[in-house]
Amino acid sequence: MKVFINGKPDELDEVMTIARLLERRKARPEIVSVEVNDRILQREEYAKTILREGDAVEIVFFMGGGREA
Amino acid sequence: MILTPAHWEAVLEQARREYPREACGILAGRAGPPQRVERIYPMTNADHSPATYLMDPQEQFRVFKEMRRDGLDLVAIYHSHTASPAYPSRRDRDLAFYPEAVYLIVTLQERERPAGRAFRILDQDRVEEVPFQVAG
Repeated sequence: MKVFINGKPDELDEVMTIARLLERRKARPEIVSVEVNDRILQREEYAKTILREGDAVEIVFFMGGGREA
Repeated sequence: MILTPAHWEAVLEQARREYPREACGILAGRAGPPQRVERIYPMTNADHSPATYLMDPQEQFRVFKEMRRDGLDLVAIYHSHTASPAYPSRRDRDLAFYPEAVYLIVTLQERERPAGRAFRILDQDRVEEVPFQVAG
């Protein structure tokens, strides 16, 4: 099954949730935001959102910081 | 990393405007070498805080898609420190998830004399300063 991740095609060899996809990409769920087909997912949705043929997934890591320790 | 005077002035202007809150944004262009900034994306600090920043994810998605569409690379992530030096804090290092990007920090400790330094944050304990140049 082919999906697009950050614009690049990716062939998935198994039925996969967003949670599994993140695990496979070694991206901790607590430091990323995920969008599927232009809709931002809540973190609770990662485990129950199953990818479908042609889905466009965007994954961005948090960009943050500041002077506070 | 090379910024035009207009881009550098835009970063400083945003930092001044958003003071006392921390300002943040993305610099896009050519990953190089040399890394050359071609576009600035001022971002909303979703924390609206004088001590921390976190970019709004909705804006991040929009900017990343636009950069991809226009063939631009992520060059730098910038933010301001309003009361501390232009050096990555513990929190900056803990939340640095783009090792390929330059982290540009502007300090407004002396408000009349803002200053910037650029770094690569390789991990929480490894920070390397990166020279940056303001040139047309």
